[in-house]
Amino acid sequence: MNDDILLKVNGLHASIGDKEILRGIDLTVRRGEVHAIMGPNGSGKSTLSEVLAGDPAFTVTAGSAEFHGIDLLALSPEDRSHEGLFLSFQYPVEIPGVSMVNFMRAAVNAKRKYLGQEPMSAADFLKLMRSKREVVELDGKLTSRSVNEGFSGGEKKRNEIFQMAVLEPCLSILDETDSGLDIDALRIVAGGVNKLKTPETSAIVITHYQRLLDYIKPDFVHVLYKGRIVRTGGPELALELEERGYDWIKQEIDNE
Amino acid sequence: MEPTDSNIIDDVTSGDYGSKYGFRSDIDTEIIPPGLNEDVIRIISAKKEEPLWLLDFRLKAFRHWQKMTVPDWAHLDIPPIDFQAISYYAAPRQKKAPGSLDEVDPQLIDTFNRLGIPLEEQKLLSGMAVDAVMDSTSVKTTHRAKLAEMGIIFCSFSEAVKEYPELVQKYLGKVVSYADNFYAALNSAVFSDGSFVYIPKGVRCPMELSTYFRINASGTGQFERTLIVADDDSYVSYLEGCTAPMRDENQLHAAIVEIIVENRAEVKYSTVQNWYAGDADGRGGVYNFVTKRGLCRGVDSKLSWTQVETGSAITWKYPSCVLAGRGATGEFYSVAVTRNRQQADTGTKMIHLASDTRSTIVSKGISAGHSQNSYRGLVKVAANADNCRNHTQCDSLLLGATCGAHTFPYIDVANDSAIVEHEATTSKISEEQLFYCNQRGIPTEEAVGLIVNGYAKEVMNKLPMEFAVEAQKLLQITLEGSVG
Repeated sequence: MNDDILLKVNGLHASIGDKEILRGIDLTVRRGEVHAIMGPNGSGKSTLSEVLAGDPAFTVTAGSAEFHGIDLLALSPEDRSHEGLFLSFQYPVEIPGVSMVNFMRAAVNAKRKYLGQEPMSAADFLKLMRSKREVVELDGKLTSRSVNEGFSGGEKKRNEIFQMAVLEPCLSILDETDSGLDIDALRIVAGGVNKLKTPETSAIVITHYQRLLDYIKPDFVHVLYKGRIVRTGGPELALELEERGYDWIKQEIDNE
Repeated sequence: MEPTDSNIIDDVTSGDYGSKYGFRSDIDTEIIPPGLNEDVIRIISAKKEEPLWLLDFRLKAFRHWQKMTVPDWAHLDIPPIDFQAISYYAAPRQKKAPGSLDEVDPQLIDTFNRLGIPLEEQKLLSGMAVDAVMDSTSVKTTHRAKLAEMGIIFCSFSEAVKEYPELVQKYLGKVVSYADNFYAALNSAVFSDGSFVYIPKGVRCPMELSTYFRINASGTGQFERTLIVADDDSYVSYLEGCTAPMRDENQLHAAIVEIIVENRAEVKYSTVQNWYAGDADGRGGVYNFVTKRGLCRGVDSKLSWTQVETGSAITWKYPSCVLAGRGATGEFYSVAVTRNRQQADTGTKMIHLASDTRSTIVSKGISAGHSQNSYRGLVKVAANADNCRNHTQCDSLLLGATCGAHTFPYIDVANDSAIVEHEATTSKISEEQLFYCNQRGIPTEEAVGLIVNGYAKEVMNKLPMEFAVEAQKLLQITLEGSVG
């Protein structure tokens, strides 16, 4: 067992209702690596991120996932979070009435409780919020508003990266964090992700477009199609996809 | 930093009605045998050494009540109540009206201590005076002397009858007549005790006045009356809290609150109602049938009702404002939580009788389990009342699929210049919201607490500070185990 392995997914199958969406995913992520997952719509990219985060809407029917040596699939969603897994949602949900400050304090203190630490003092917490806001240039006014309520698309995505900065995960899954972003917002979000990157932390970046990968440099690019990873390569694979689209891969796979 | 939802929720990780409120006290109690007739009313009146006019008031009410029938229009399933099986007078046996705390039964002091209501003045929050009512009798009213220096009268209803009979006689039944409704008539016939408040002209009451109601005795009903009079240019904030032991039987609570608000005076009335709600199968619990009404008869007078309702097996109450003075303002802020087999039919009436009167209604219902939660409200504008305004916001939050939320708004406007708005929403806590919280490390129970407290915040913010903290804890505890 390699100590550098952060996530090892083996033959993962998952369904929603009686519809199978993931049909044997194999994926190994080492510490410090960035993996990009691309693929046509409906290939299972978001499902993969949600299954790894423990969304109860999906049922894992076969396979395993090991997260720094722990059986990830046996953990509750909140414990996966406490162990350092973070999902930046494609569509962050609005929670009316719950301020970002209260929400994040609940999150931070839940993790500290899990780790056997005392709750953070109010002063320390506010200091933490302030410093992390700068990472994604998030307006202070947004953190006093309700979670995602009335946020623009770009603000929601920046808010996701802000939360990631506060929670300091060792594995971040970014599910189409670039969708709906203009080029300035994209730069800020990607810049935030890069600032948070350390040799110990890893990221899985799900995207449709090469342009995000201009900012967040992947070590590996995977193509997901019909619930399986059908191609793996270096950054050049993303460029090729940008140029040629997915049809050639689809044809090759469907003809097999 | 402000005390926010989350640290309060952090503080309360577990709790249940049983250990905190559900205990019984073994107190020497004088109870008259069950049954209701004119003799019983004469006994109650005699025990309280009442003047003849009050006995007459009771008897008139009783004779009227006998001709009335139980109201059945609410969205409630109320089992038949045998009014002859209830005892109408229960009082902790103690020496005549205790002059000092030394004369109060230590068991009583202990009971209220356990409820977090110390009767020793120095132990109380400095900004609060308390009238503690156990079963039919007021046990002790704190800070009376200090208030009296300012001319404020705050005492038990029985004492008020003895010491200020002309005031009581002048106002009793003027807002809620004994013929108003079935339970008001019953209360008028058999009411035992309660609180009396008089704020003289131009006085701003320097502390929160509070009555804490406790049902203890078994097989009894509680019928208290509260009468608050705010004279010209005065202000008072009044709090009411209620709990009862856990018993398998149902207990009847039929109270009346009357408030009179004179010129430019303001009254804030806040309630945290946490009567025992019965068990998960709907056994036991308090029937809470209450008539609360204020008469804003002064120019530019203001009455604000705030209620957090988490208890009682059945709740039937509509704190109302009669806006009879020009420019008067009425407000109603409510959070009503029902779970298990609880039923609530609650709301308000805003009666605009004078011009330039305004009213605001914010009702937040939260339903869980197999409960039924109804908002029922009336906004009425009289023909000769010009330029009246009402805004109603009526929200329902559903936890789970087996509960019910209902809204029954009645709008009756007879003057074309009125502006009346009604907004309503129904929402659920979605799986997506819970998963989002879970992903950030927040467990489901805590997430529900955050969301519910956020949803109710607009109303909770209207409560006085000390109460708001208690009420938020209460919401959290009440909903534990309601989502799964």
